[in-house]
Amino acid sequence: MSSETEKILTTDGIPLEVSLKKAERKNKIKAFLLVAPLLLFLLITYIFPIGDMLMRSVDDKMVTEMLPKTFKSMEKWDGKELPPEEVFESFYLDFQKLVEEKRDGKLSTQLNYTKNGFKSILKKLRRKAKNFEEGNYKEQIMAVHQRWADVEYWRAIQRRAPAYTSQKYLKGIDMYKNEEGNIVSVEEDRRIHRILWLRTLEIAFFVTLLCFLMAYPIAHLLATLPMKYSNLLMICVLLPFWTSLLVRTASWMILLQQQGVVNDFFVMIGLVADDSRPEMMFNKTGTYVAMTQILLPFMVLPLYSVMKTISPSLMRAGKSLGGTPFVAFWKVYFPLTIPGIGAGCLLVFILAIGYYITPALVGGASGTLISNQIAFHMKSTLDWSFASAMGLMLLAGVLAIYWVYNKLVGVDNIKLG
Amino acid sequence: MSKNLDFVKFDKVDKSYDGKVLVVKDLNLDIAEGEFITMLGPSGSGKTTCLMMLAGFETPTNGEIYLDKNPISNIPPHKRGIGMVFQNYALFPHMTVYENLAFPLKVRKFQKDEIDKKVDKALSMVSLSGFENRMPGQLSGGQQQRVAVARSLVFDPQLVLMDEPLGALDKNLRESMQYEIKHIHESIGVTVVYVTHDQSEALTMSNRIAVFNDGKVQQLSSPDKLYEEPVNSFVAEFIGENNTFAGQVTNMSGKECKVKLNDGTEIVANPISVKSNGDKTTVSLRPERALINTKEKMDNNFKGKIEEVIYHGDHTRVRLHLLGNKEFILKVPNSSANMDIKMGNQINVSWNSHDARALDPK
Repeated sequence: MSSETEKILTTDGIPLEVSLKKAERKNKIKAFLLVAPLLLFLLITYIFPIGDMLMRSVDDKMVTEMLPKTFKSMEKWDGKELPPEEVFESFYLDFQKLVEEKRDGKLSTQLNYTKNGFKSILKKLRRKAKNFEEGNYKEQIMAVHQRWADVEYWRAIQRRAPAYTSQKYLKGIDMYKNEEGNIVSVEEDRRIHRILWLRTLEIAFFVTLLCFLMAYPIAHLLATLPMKYSNLLMICVLLPFWTSLLVRTASWMILLQQQGVVNDFFVMIGLVADDSRPEMMFNKTGTYVAMTQILLPFMVLPLYSVMKTISPSLMRAGKSLGGTPFVAFWKVYFPLTIPGIGAGCLLVFILAIGYYITPALVGGASGTLISNQIAFHMKSTLDWSFASAMGLMLLAGVLAIYWVYNKLVGVDNIKLG
Repeated sequence: MSKNLDFVKFDKVDKSYDGKVLVVKDLNLDIAEGEFITMLGPSGSGKTTCLMMLAGFETPTNGEIYLDKNPISNIPPHKRGIGMVFQNYALFPHMTVYENLAFPLKVRKFQKDEIDKKVDKALSMVSLSGFENRMPGQLSGGQQQRVAVARSLVFDPQLVLMDEPLGALDKNLRESMQYEIKHIHESIGVTVVYVTHDQSEALTMSNRIAVFNDGKVQQLSSPDKLYEEPVNSFVAEFIGENNTFAGQVTNMSGKECKVKLNDGTEIVANPISVKSNGDKTTVSLRPERALINTKEKMDNNFKGKIEEVIYHGDHTRVRLHLLGNKEFILKVPNSSANMDIKMGNQINVSWNSHDARALDPK
């Protein structure tokens, strides 16, 4: 079959396929040049940073590069008893080099991450090492501090040998590799990330649910009202989009604070006593309220665009065939809106799971999300690799949700309008 | 079986959407059981509104509709038990053909085997057996149409409404579907109210036709009567082709009257809606009732000039300039006797005064 098609020639005797490619090449180049700026932009601002993040989150070369000789000599060490003289010697040499370059401070910070107690013994070693004699470094180093004679500390150094580590990811879910190399959870009272992950999922889920419950009737109204009213309503829905996110969040702060408008109103109608005004801000309530309002349009628009395409005669047909209004809605109308529901929920959930500003401003301690923790490590602790690891975990989570959604509903069914 | 002559009864029904304009004005209409009645009219004439009021999607502003002697204005659509075929079929796109047909049966809580039986029967009625598992999107327009018809009949309603069901089909399919629907109607004897703006559809299918214009029924009669004996100039114009002469009645004499046309000539006509001398009138004459060069004796004989000849195969349409009317159409059957029709020729045209109906002025 293919050999037959190959034989087709144009009137000039050139194979048809060649001639076709030639004719279309110009268009292809043109099309590529048109998308090239965007492609370049995406590459620079999106794909490259994500790649960099990935590298950063697993990168553990710092110690590897600072103690090259030590790790080389440790290759033969089985880690059961104290390492041989050879290891001590190369460690001494590596360390002296670092001291000369004034990089020993970084090493002590890094090693202290792995095991507490390195900071002080490295400081001591630095002081004493000046007077070391050549040879028998094992004895001399062990004499500096008793911890240097503890095999645990040498194992801790050995653990930093690989250039790549999953440690940051484990830390993201409150786990770590213990001295035996097993992955275990940290003590119960230090598990803060798991709580944050769960809270992020919980808040994203309920915000999505609230958005859906509120957006469905609005979208339906929008799709069925006559043009002049629906345009007005549409503007009301889109109004939040035209206001800065920060301004919207700030206005929620004005509304929700204890001496705020909503509380004043509650007191006025006698719902609550003046001296027991409920706290609606700096906790989960504030996060729920503000995020739901801000993300609502992202649910309304896909739903609206789907509902707009559903012919009103379908509901009529459902009723004329004997279905009660509810049956007609549930069996006919609702299934047809599922693509919109899927699109809206996916959109809102994904946006909510990575939401930052609003929870940071109105969330308080109990209303912050994982993204706030990421920002905290970016700005305050400067542990960028940990921030990267958590960012990537978030991204993986979003992709996983997308995958599950694709399995359940099918991405082809999504309609964003 | 005695037929219920007012199975459906519109009693003084008015309908207005905005409180200013009446879309349906004082509608009185009785539909007999088992009848195929068509509401025919131009768009905006109120026919679809009537259908929607009958189906329960609109409520009459005034008056009452009776179904089998019971007033139905306060019964919601799903309790009326009326089958309906919609303009664009309104098949549920997310259900298979089987599920579409089973929908009205499921909501009526039929047993599974009974549903199967009924769906089978309905599908074979529209010759679509074997299509149960197709989605509506996989069917052609004509097949979707038949599924819609089958769905409206599957729960054995006594009354089926059809709202321009053939509007989206091409001409050939439309014609074959017309016969198919007609045959289904004849075989199961259901009452059908059919809405269309296509007069040939109405003429071929209906027992009776209600011609709507301006919110009112202009004429309600059988297709042949509607065509042969229109009662006013709207019906005469709307149904079939029509030649008209505007003029004034000069001589009323029982079954005949003389009409003086605007160019001064007098013709003899059949007075239908004119009462006395001096009335303004429009005389209506069907093209096939006027003959050329005939030997028959007729009481109107005039000469006209051929302006245009259009060949139609089985007949030839001839446009004449006759008695001041430049748009006078004649249909000449294709036979050897009439081969001398040429542009510019003068020919004799004659007709019986009985066929020239003097109706209300336009």
